[in-house]
Amino acid sequence: MTHHTTWTTQAPARSTGARARTTAAGSGIRKNLGLGTLGAATAIGLWWIFTHTAGQDNPLIQAFVPERVPAALFALLERDVLLADAWASLRRLMAGMAVAAVLGIGVGILIGSSQTLDRLSSPVVQFLRMISPLSWAPVAVALFGVGDAPVFFLVAAAAVWPIVINTALGVRSIDPYHWRVGQTLGASRFEAVRTVLIPAIRAHVMTGVRVALGIAWVVLVPAEMLGVGSGLGYEILNARDRLAYDEMLVVILTIGVLGIILDLLTRILLLDRRRR
Amino acid sequence: MAAPALRVKGACRTYEAAAGPALDHVDMVLDRGEVLAVLGPSGSGKSTLLRAIAGLEPLDSGSIEFENPDERLAVVFQNAALFPWLSVRENVAIGGRYRRNRDRYSRQHVEELLSILGLVEHADSYPDELSGGQAQRAAVGRALAIRPDILLLDEPFSALDPALRTILQSWLRDLIDRLQLTAVIVTHDVDEAIALGDRIGFFAGPKGFTRQWTTTHGSPARKDILAHYASRDSEAVSV
Ligand SMILES: Nc1ncnc2c1ncn2[C@@H]1O[C@H](COP(=O)(O)OP(=O)(O)O)[C@@H](O)[C@H]1O
Ligand SMILES: [Mg+2]
Repeated sequence: MTHHTTWTTQAPARSTGARARTTAAGSGIRKNLGLGTLGAATAIGLWWIFTHTAGQDNPLIQAFVPERVPAALFALLERDVLLADAWASLRRLMAGMAVAAVLGIGVGILIGSSQTLDRLSSPVVQFLRMISPLSWAPVAVALFGVGDAPVFFLVAAAAVWPIVINTALGVRSIDPYHWRVGQTLGASRFEAVRTVLIPAIRAHVMTGVRVALGIAWVVLVPAEMLGVGSGLGYEILNARDRLAYDEMLVVILTIGVLGIILDLLTRILLLDRRRR
Repeated sequence: MAAPALRVKGACRTYEAAAGPALDHVDMVLDRGEVLAVLGPSGSGKSTLLRAIAGLEPLDSGSIEFENPDERLAVVFQNAALFPWLSVRENVAIGGRYRRNRDRYSRQHVEELLSILGLVEHADSYPDELSGGQAQRAAVGRALAIRPDILLLDEPFSALDPALRTILQSWLRDLIDRLQLTAVIVTHDVDEAIALGDRIGFFAGPKGFTRQWTTTHGSPARKDILAHYASRDSEAVSV
């Protein structure tokens, strides 16, 4: 999964240029796919060479050889743990994201609507978003006990900031004439929110959600090492305790694959639905 | 003559941190069925006056009275300001989504307007696919879809190139005649004022109008207006 360092990404432009790009995208995608496959194959090759040369007498690296992946995968699937763990992780991700989205969009709209509130909150937001959410782990466990709740909290704490920041940016980028159009056509406050604010900030919010999802997924796995009894993070520790390093590797690979799938899904969500 | 559709009395407005007032006791009257062109140099306060009439700008003192207490206004700005997430048809129909316009709005009227505006084949297009002239016509359509009693236009064509501007001016004048609209059009372009106004008021500055011409019996001499521009009698008159 790509690590996002920039949190405020420009929302996709609905310009004529963007449209011209989609027509040329067909051949571009095919070329990218070819190069991507080549890159992945190269990475597997390097991995094979590394595990077969460097790690000859290290049992952990020995267990990491690529050819042991299929057997370990089947072992995990046979015991019904992998899918159950993936599901448990995704469920927690969604719960944490839901909390982050509700809070983040709400707070982002407030911050974006008021310059005073923006100035007031800006140092706090900048400060809080620089603290790794995992720093809160002991606090979360102390407050919420052991179980799902501290994991939800940590995921939400990681995911909320990009949503806040992008939503606020979206509100600030609303064309003031769009408000005036609503106002002069007799829109009530609520009608203006529905017909101007929400559609105008949609692309920015979706960008925030996508960035948040990437961060949330990265935070979720270590958060699941805090005393929950399921999930991919838990399964890594479990495999380590059983010295089943090959299975541990499969869990790690699953995390990566699911991350890519999640990112793809949000990309599709982000697509301009207005055009085919 | 019946009661005026709109009467502005002693309108005053000073912007925060401004050296002087933008509007200083401005009076104006608009009769039902007439088009008043508010002509004046840039920065004279025309847009401020229009925004005040539209309810977008509070007045420090003075009043704006409408013939009908439930008067409906619609505004066309210099830029079309169409919602980019809506198709042209949806943009024209947007007023119908507001409770206030329920009694005046109909889908059928939107379709009629699209055809009057020559936008039928672009009805399902999005604003970024329109030319500047098409976008501005759509903005006029959006305003007319709520059947306003008074249409307010602020330099509606000044962002367009001159040839297109001339075409759209005569198009708008035809539309005004056909739909018998009451309108205020703000412009700094003498030819636009002549092309569109039944009456032209010269808006010189904060004090308001200094001269007016009626164009119903043949258009006023362009020379006359230009001469006034040059001389700038500062005596305020009632328009
Ligand atoms: N929002 C504003 N804040 C402060 N000053 C303004 C604002 N809008 C206009 N002004 C000033 O008020 C005066 C009149 O402006 P405006 O009504 O836009 O004139 P016009 O439309 O005739 O060009 C100008 O001096 C302008 O700089
Ligand atoms: Mg102006």
